[in-house]
Amino acid sequence: MPIIVDRDKCTGCETCVSVCPFDAIKIKDDGKAFINEYCQMCMACLSACPEGAIIEIKEEGAPASYQPSDYKGVWVFAEQREGSIAAVSLELLGAGRRLADELKTELSAVLFGASEKDANELIKWGADTVYHSGNAAFEKFNDEPYSRLLVNLIKEYKPAIVLAGATPIGRSFIPRVAARLRTGLTADCTSLGIDKDTGNLLQVRPAFGGNIMATILCPNHRPQIATVRPRVMKKTEYNPEKKGKIIPVRAENLSCRTKVTDTVKETSESRFNLQEADIIIAGGRGLGDAKGFNLLFELAEILEGSIAASRAAVDEGWIQYSHQVGQTGKTVCPKIYIACGISGAVQHLVGMQSSDIIIAINKNPEAPIFNVATYGIVGDLFEALPLLIKKLKEIKG
Amino acid sequence: MNIVVCIKQVPDSSEVRINPETNTLIRDGVPTIINPYDMHAIEAGLQLKEMTKGKVTVITMGPPQAESALREAIAMGADDAALLSDRSFAGADTWATAFTISRAIAKIGADIIICGKQAIDGDTAQVGPEMAEFLDIPHIAYVKKIEDVKPDSIKVQRMMDEGYDIVESSLPVLLTVVRELNQPRLPSLKGKMAAKKAEIKKLGHKELGIDEKDTGLKGSPTQVKNIFAPEARGERKILSGNIEEQVNQLAEELKQLKCL
Repeated sequence: MPIIVDRDKCTGCETCVSVCPFDAIKIKDDGKAFINEYCQMCMACLSACPEGAIIEIKEEGAPASYQPSDYKGVWVFAEQREGSIAAVSLELLGAGRRLADELKTELSAVLFGASEKDANELIKWGADTVYHSGNAAFEKFNDEPYSRLLVNLIKEYKPAIVLAGATPIGRSFIPRVAARLRTGLTADCTSLGIDKDTGNLLQVRPAFGGNIMATILCPNHRPQIATVRPRVMKKTEYNPEKKGKIIPVRAENLSCRTKVTDTVKETSESRFNLQEADIIIAGGRGLGDAKGFNLLFELAEILEGSIAASRAAVDEGWIQYSHQVGQTGKTVCPKIYIACGISGAVQHLVGMQSSDIIIAINKNPEAPIFNVATYGIVGDLFEALPLLIKKLKEIKG
Repeated sequence: MNIVVCIKQVPDSSEVRINPETNTLIRDGVPTIINPYDMHAIEAGLQLKEMTKGKVTVITMGPPQAESALREAIAMGADDAALLSDRSFAGADTWATAFTISRAIAKIGADIIICGKQAIDGDTAQVGPEMAEFLDIPHIAYVKKIEDVKPDSIKVQRMMDEGYDIVESSLPVLLTVVRELNQPRLPSLKGKMAAKKAEIKKLGHKELGIDEKDTGLKGSPTQVKNIFAPEARGERKILSGNIEEQVNQLAEELKQLKCL
């Protein structure tokens, strides 16, 4: 086992017993700690032991399945929806550009569907090369042809790093690619870097609903694949003069056992995509009823924001589930999140606490939402919101 | 119809914190629950069973105490359960987890496999689609409604960023489901009795016929380099005065932030 107790050093102080999340450490009759089969190797006990008596025996990880020198370059999977490039793809080109420059290598984009003109745009947003298939089969998203073609391209061209958006599309088909290639995949990264010594990709992601951050490595397998959360990476400057190569990709005989027969837009309001919104106005139980959202819609109109809701408001049936932010809804990180009548249960906070600025309006000064708020107004939202709307209209003229 | 539901026992994540001094998890006495999304997967499995006169098998991979999650699923109405537990499974990332569970599903046999969209401890949403690839079957992620099931096909609604798609698939298929799909039922008295008596199969790497080098920490391409507490939130600005004054200050700040 990789985690063992050094019996000479162990004093039986029980510190490890209380930090073990899995109840996997017991003090045996001899007064020494013993790690049983419940151990999940979370390593929580290692740094907790005051004597340094719990140690990790380094075992060989999965054997290297590649020749490091064979794998070069950074790839970005550029997602298109109905022929237009998703904003997250441009953000990834920014992140990919920085990684490629640091590694002194090329940045490529992969585009399935959309037009050659769009492929050309990706070059101006930072790509040196674009692998493009204009095949009509990619217009609608189906996991199998997307994953099959990306696997084929990766096998042929051997990139060292592949990035995709942590969107419903990226998070659905990229796991199939990683499974097929027997390589690692890190979900929903919020920061990326290069390890100076090894050149490995450092992938930082939140876990436990954002209460904990982890740095993940994929040292012995290639490519290193990550999905990246929308809105956390910065685009590079658009360069209309930039030139690059477009390599047409053949996409034939890709089997597909699913079929998208219809696409339904839920158009309760125009700006809907919460994960790409700059400004979000969210409502909770404090709105009182479905009509309470009308004030939010009015504010959203002025600020050009999107509407979100806490689980309480969704459970009351005031607004559709697709607006729900939190543990069982969406995770968002807009520039500004305005929480109206939301108390801020942990389950809600984990879905929005990485927003740049949080504004809370709540009657209860003890509401936990104020713990994460940049600006807080303690008061009745039915008083504050109409005043705010009036004032903003004045400023706007 | 054979339906397999994959579940995970997780700590109630809202209570997990990190000690900023030692960078270790603080999970003292944190209760474990069935991953909330998996409750909807169980319910979906039970509804499909009722519609197709099928059989529901729940499986989980985890330490021995994960057996209690399986018993809870039986109490809700599942027919059978299997626990994938082996010391060599510990420390598995999504690749090794999906590989191990997919071997068990292949052994059990399934027409429809249902998973919650993600587990609330890891939040990766990767194990379901990875399993589908290992099993060489199609999958549909983020299912919010099952419209129709036939002996050889299924039609569902898949949540997307701006609405949903209607997707049809041949069987066998793997679905990952969201909360909107259904309301999980409570265990029945009869179910609780069954759960008490149920014999739960335990499967290790030998029973699954897989090499230890492909499971757990050894089989995992990714490694956790370190864990740390998220950065504390930035500066807080106090608004003062009566509500109108506070609102006016806020409006000015929004103007400064170029929100208008």
